[in-house]
Amino acid sequence: MITMNKVSKHYGSFQVLADCTTHVNKGEVVVVCGPSGSGKSTLIKCVNGLEPFQSGEITVNGVSVGDPQTNLSKLRAHVGMVFQNFELFPHMSIAQNLTIAQIKVLGRDKAEAEVKGMQLLDRVGLRAQALKYPGQLSGGQQQRVAIARALAMDPICMLFDEPTSALDPEMINEVLDVMTELAQEGMTMMCVTHEMGFAKRVAHRVVFMDHGRIVEDDHKDAFFANPSSERAQQFLAKILQH
Amino acid sequence: MYEFDWSSIPGSLPLLAKGMGVSLEITFTAIVVGIVWGTLLAMMRLSSVKPLAWFAAGYVNVFRAIPLVMVLLWFFLIVPNLLESLFGIPRGSDMRLGSAIAGFALFESAYYSEIIRAGIQSVPKGQMAAAKALGMSYGQAMRLVVLPQAFRNMVPLLLTQAIILFQDTSLVYVSALADFFGTAAKIGDRDGRLVEMLLFAGAVYFVLCFAVSQLVRYYQKKLKTA
Ligand SMILES: Nc1ncnc2c1ncn2[C@@H]1O[C@H](COP(=O)(O)OP(=O)(O)OP(=O)(O)O)[C@@H](O)[C@H]1O
Ligand SMILES: [Mg+2]
Repeated sequence: MITMNKVSKHYGSFQVLADCTTHVNKGEVVVVCGPSGSGKSTLIKCVNGLEPFQSGEITVNGVSVGDPQTNLSKLRAHVGMVFQNFELFPHMSIAQNLTIAQIKVLGRDKAEAEVKGMQLLDRVGLRAQALKYPGQLSGGQQQRVAIARALAMDPICMLFDEPTSALDPEMINEVLDVMTELAQEGMTMMCVTHEMGFAKRVAHRVVFMDHGRIVEDDHKDAFFANPSSERAQQFLAKILQH
Repeated sequence: MYEFDWSSIPGSLPLLAKGMGVSLEITFTAIVVGIVWGTLLAMMRLSSVKPLAWFAAGYVNVFRAIPLVMVLLWFFLIVPNLLESLFGIPRGSDMRLGSAIAGFALFESAYYSEIIRAGIQSVPKGQMAAAKALGMSYGQAMRLVVLPQAFRNMVPLLLTQAIILFQDTSLVYVSALADFFGTAAKIGDRDGRLVEMLLFAGAVYFVLCFAVSQLVRYYQKKLKTA
């Protein structure tokens, strides 16, 4: 579904990504982790072309992201993305947040989009909030709406960039529960997260990054049992203490 | 001791109202054109296409470095000639209002574009990213997501600029155009009651501008609580 081959990116002389190679198969859940500044967000944003990269190749469902001929908008319409800061549109109601792209991008008619939006709100347990505005919801609720908004586009895969790290601890689980359910239904997912419990339960593989490089790319059991690099060992030791 | 005599005011109200009409027409047209052209300039300035960004920056810097009176005078002197040579419109026709409006609109666009640029930049970058991630084109993301939020934040500044613009319309006296201020001065001269007329005109400007600035404050309070 997603393949990355020797992807590199730099800002001036600063190398953000160096020869990153990995893949996500259909129905697979891959967790990306690593220390702050290691390039995780950049990597995941390259997948849907939100960040350009200078060399290497990324394909999503066979379409090359770096190819100038590729219609990126069309590609992104079917690749869901969830951000750390939710990024709901604050000037629109929850219902409008869920329908705007369905209508303007997919060309669905309003009634159809509304039905779809309500179904997905229901699914994340927020049907009652449809007429409110994002500012009136808690962080956890906003993030669930953001997931519903992405799902409304019928994505072929989902990208998550630290979806729970801006949340108060008591709200983390409500978001992880929605993600777990998605994974169990067979959604292809690439998740940047430090929630190792989630990774252990749900992920198939774990990718560990450090200084713009993919240092480990392993089956999750192997990763947690004995990470091969020292850097990953230290990282795990630190994060699992909490 | 100067004896005030306000008696010439009631009879002049119709003429003054007409003058106010001219002032408001200039103000509103300049606001509308200023916002539309200012938005385009702001987007050019923020664009990654360098020549566009340079053009917008040059435009804004030039207009902000020239006194408004001069721009108006140039437009008053040049635009009629230009129209004559381009479209064959005869010299005799009265182009003062048109050229005043054009001068104001182009001048104000420079100021509006700076307000709008700041407004666009006040919208978090993640909003554009989220809109694009949903498959929106750059244009759609701007129109549906970024600009509505930018304008909502900018309304107080845009209104404040509108007040300044309204006051500045009095500068059209350089082209002897009968706006509110010009009319008041002319009537005052005619009746030998210039002091009263100008006091009255000042009071009208004050009431209108004060009312709008109260509106701005009210809106700002609402924005803060929202
Ligand atoms: N526009 C930019 N210009 C220059 N450097 C940048 C830019 N964006 C990101 N970087 C740098 O690239 C590196 C990787 O950033 P990235 O956001 O991908 O890291 P991350 O692994 O997601 O970190 P975090 O855990 O803090 O989110 C960082 O060192 C960052 O400072
Ligand atoms: Mg990040």
